[in-house]
Amino acid sequence: MSEMNTATHVPVLEVSGLDIEIRGVNGAFAVVSDMNFSVRAGETLCIVGESGCGKSMTALSLLRLLPDAATIAGGKVLIEGQDFLAMDQRQVEDFRGEKIAMIFQEPLTALNPVLRIGEQIAESVRQHRKCSRREADARAVDVLRLVQMPDPERRASQFPHELSGGMRQRAMIALALACDPKIIIADEPTTALDVTIQAQILGLISDLQKRLGTAQILITHDLGVVSEVADRVIVMYAGRKVEEASIFDLFDRPFHPYTIGLMGAVPGAGASSEAGDRLADIPGTVPPLWNLPKGCAFAPRCPGASARCLEERPPFEEKRPGHWAACWEHDDAA
Amino acid sequence: MQPDRTPLLSVENLEVHFPIRAGVLQRQVGAVKAVDGVSFSLNRGETLSLVGESGCGKSTTGLALMGLVKPTGGRVQFDGQEIRGFNRAALKSYRRRMQIVFQDPFSSLNPRQRVKDIIRAPLDIHKVGTPAERETRVAELMERVGLRPDQADNFAHQFSGGQRQRIGIARALALNPDVIVCDEPVSALDVSVQAQILNLLSDLQRDLGVSYLSISHDLGVVEFISHRVAVMYLGKIVEIAPKTRIFAEPGHPYTELLMRSAPSRDPRKRHSFSATNDDIPSATKKPSGCPFHTRCPLVTAVCKTTEPALTAREGGQMVACHNR
Repeated sequence: MSEMNTATHVPVLEVSGLDIEIRGVNGAFAVVSDMNFSVRAGETLCIVGESGCGKSMTALSLLRLLPDAATIAGGKVLIEGQDFLAMDQRQVEDFRGEKIAMIFQEPLTALNPVLRIGEQIAESVRQHRKCSRREADARAVDVLRLVQMPDPERRASQFPHELSGGMRQRAMIALALACDPKIIIADEPTTALDVTIQAQILGLISDLQKRLGTAQILITHDLGVVSEVADRVIVMYAGRKVEEASIFDLFDRPFHPYTIGLMGAVPGAGASSEAGDRLADIPGTVPPLWNLPKGCAFAPRCPGASARCLEERPPFEEKRPGHWAACWEHDDAA
Repeated sequence: MQPDRTPLLSVENLEVHFPIRAGVLQRQVGAVKAVDGVSFSLNRGETLSLVGESGCGKSTTGLALMGLVKPTGGRVQFDGQEIRGFNRAALKSYRRRMQIVFQDPFSSLNPRQRVKDIIRAPLDIHKVGTPAERETRVAELMERVGLRPDQADNFAHQFSGGQRQRIGIARALALNPDVIVCDEPVSALDVSVQAQILNLLSDLQRDLGVSYLSISHDLGVVEFISHRVAVMYLGKIVEIAPKTRIFAEPGHPYTELLMRSAPSRDPRKRHSFSATNDDIPSATKKPSGCPFHTRCPLVTAVCKTTEPALTAREGGQMVACHNR
């Protein structure tokens, strides 16, 4: 594996106009609408939002792993220029693992409980590469070493339940890396972990990316995680992108009222608070996706909503150089 | 409001040990020392947070104080009276003054009951007031926690997670308790809704003077809600101090590790987290001496053999460490 520190400019993954629908009892409704983004080698894109915003559906669709009730209703997913959504099942299976791999939130459910860690990794290697069982086993130990698993030879022969939560997540990451994928999708990879273990796994993820130059998409609800690892950030609300910017632009000057609200709602973000202080909460709740308001989906909770916001959905446009948002508000400072 | 300084709840050497049984005869071969000699006090109108990672015993401590798991040792005094034996009679009057809000707003509300029945249950159990008075009280409580009283006939599943947590809070408030144990009350909620619930808890304390024993793993929540903080590790309190003190100058090396591990909120001040594996020993196989010695950067010979006691430092801080 060669050293690759700088992000190249060719996107390895391009998503355009992606729409995902769920068929419910009362007809179909959109859970993700008009998603557009791309990721380059060596870059980490974070997709952040709250439950039901469509971030996990987006991630699953990139591997064509959507649940049965959900379908991709439109759009394109190009992996190294090839249309992933147009491929047949065999090609899809070739691409998974080899080009694009996923790290799930809960390693205990994502790993096979009756297969040894080493076997699970070797299985994936043998699926994609012509190699002997012995070579595949050796590769499994190598990737376990790569993710800094202590005593990798012994861990390879253990079952998932014999490992602690942190080690299981390392095993999941090793499994994802087994075939040197170009793109890694991580869906809340540290949410189930304790804070000291989360720190190790975040450290590992950043380390690996510096060494391997993989393109990374990290799905999270935690702005702290975003601030630690992201190069670029997409904020989603009710199935749509509401903001996209570089990490510094987003944290320095968030544009969309939802992003501003989210940042204010995180406790402990400012200087040490006095008991009795209040957090800047966002009133109300996320609207149900099958019954979205007519205009901007955030308008009913937005402190600056006007009559127009309730009627017309704002376009996703460039508000400042490289900083996009879907809001009728203009940038006074620019 | 300034907390009153006479302790309302005082806990001395609380122990909850679960037996480990093995073999055909199910003989006890060991014990999981989930809570292993925990002492603290809680003042009127105060919030004390128990903070720590999975398996440190913080939730078991809360459950033991509610009598939901039986303590195997220690003394608990509530308003000067000792709770003896944690039997039904002793618990009944005590539970009237001490209530709990659970982490999961889905499993902690009965799906077959209407909201008004859920909130009224404590009043029925303790036979408070006439049926008409109970009904008025339910409406009042719903309003107090930000629910519309006209939703009283709905079932729990018709509410969002945040609203369900409000129902749980209304139920806990029904008997005007002095202490509410809040076991991770916001960890299952989205950030924007979490802030609403934290604000509600803070308003209720200001208006009603209720004390909280808050159990949390989230340092942001702890920093927002607490007056004092107790850090637990493998069944022990390793540090207890006023909030401002512990965040400014953590005394115990484990407290430092916790604070260092919390993600930064400034992308320009990223941590360079070490990727090295450093697994937490479990409560079944507790290390000898100081429970933290296997991970501690300051470890010396004495730490491996002798367990340090909590000793007082400056500014009301108590730390259990040989080298600090």
